[in-house]
Amino acid sequence: MNGAQDMGGMQGFGPVQPEDGEPMFHAAWERRAFALTLAMGATGSWTLDQARAARESLAPDIYLASSYYEIWLAGLVALMRDRGLVRDDELGDGCVRVPGRPLGKRLAAEEVTAALARGAPTERAAPGPARFAPGDRVLTRQINPAGHTRLPRYARGRRGTIVAVHGAHVFPDTSAAGRGEHPAWLYTVRFDAAELWGPDTSAADVCVDCWEPYLEPLAEPAR
Amino acid sequence: MSGNHANLSELDARVRAIESLLVAKGYVDPAALDALIETYEHRVGPHNGARVVARAWTDPAFLDWLRRDATAAIASMGYSGRQGEHMIALENTPQTHHLVVCTLCSCYPWPVLGLPPVWYKSAPYRSRAVIDPRGVLADFGVTLPETTAISVHDSTAELRYLVIPMRPVGTDGWDAQRLATLVTRDAMIGTGLALDPPAPDGGAA
Repeated sequence: MNGAQDMGGMQGFGPVQPEDGEPMFHAAWERRAFALTLAMGATGSWTLDQARAARESLAPDIYLASSYYEIWLAGLVALMRDRGLVRDDELGDGCVRVPGRPLGKRLAAEEVTAALARGAPTERAAPGPARFAPGDRVLTRQINPAGHTRLPRYARGRRGTIVAVHGAHVFPDTSAAGRGEHPAWLYTVRFDAAELWGPDTSAADVCVDCWEPYLEPLAEPAR
Repeated sequence: MSGNHANLSELDARVRAIESLLVAKGYVDPAALDALIETYEHRVGPHNGARVVARAWTDPAFLDWLRRDATAAIASMGYSGRQGEHMIALENTPQTHHLVVCTLCSCYPWPVLGLPPVWYKSAPYRSRAVIDPRGVLADFGVTLPETTAISVHDSTAELRYLVIPMRPVGTDGWDAQRLATLVTRDAMIGTGLALDPPAPDGGAA
């Protein structure tokens, strides 16, 4: 989705403002919103990709006017509401009006350390041989899907070089749409900064991690 | 992304209501919430990554392992799991400086750096890092020679990047524990450099 989350190359936001001695959380509600997001994610009611898609679905004006934990909170509410886990009237005052639905799992306090240490690896058995190898020249597809994708706008329809092959990983575009993991080969693709930005850049190159469905082979005339 | 906290009490009340609701429905265990917060507020943080970097500076076999399989090498020091399932180490050199960003959200290597600072998730950083990394570095007070190429890494997948900054000069003979005190969070993102060692007592400038 060409939403406000896809910020690479936008201009006019002003300088980066590092905060000396920044606390891990800036308000009590941020702590709880963070933990609620992780704990509800652990119930298995949605995938990581569906969670990202929910955050990105915020209207651009709202996304840009929100702090990061506000975006997380809005995403969490949308995910729960869409699945019928909570109702709007319940969210307003916190009082249960319909009983909770059985979920896949409820994360217990004593399981937290092990669950975090395990994480959620996304590498899967490869569906077949990799189409590309390091050194291959590729062209990213020109796509503008209405749903979730991890190919940023600035890297679409651009020429790059495969620099690493990382095995097959869950494909976010289908995972976010609830259409399954469809593992695809994952590559690091290096783009000359001038290919992305012309002369208006201070980078030498930009590396983007791209799944195979984002790429096609580039046939270039010999120079 | 304004960081406008005018509605703080409203948000506080809203999150309290949501938490009571989810607890009452049996979806979440409040003690698990406390454990999650405790983990990221007090236990996991850039001190983990600093130990990895300092070891890479002092242990060639470990550095070689980091290059071949950073996930396993880092896990051998006890840092693994959520948002660090697939790790890549990027070594800075005089020729190439690496800078890590997530333009699409806030992907960050939690097991080695903890949760990301606000600026890492902010629009100014996410928008500008990929097009004007020197301008971003200037915001951090860092100027690199024009002869150093800046390579930006956009964390668009579940690979998480740890920058191995250059070892500061004047640290010959330092052990890993002492070296780790020079490794800042920003140096491991690429928005900073490792600190110089303090000037020796009474040393002339």
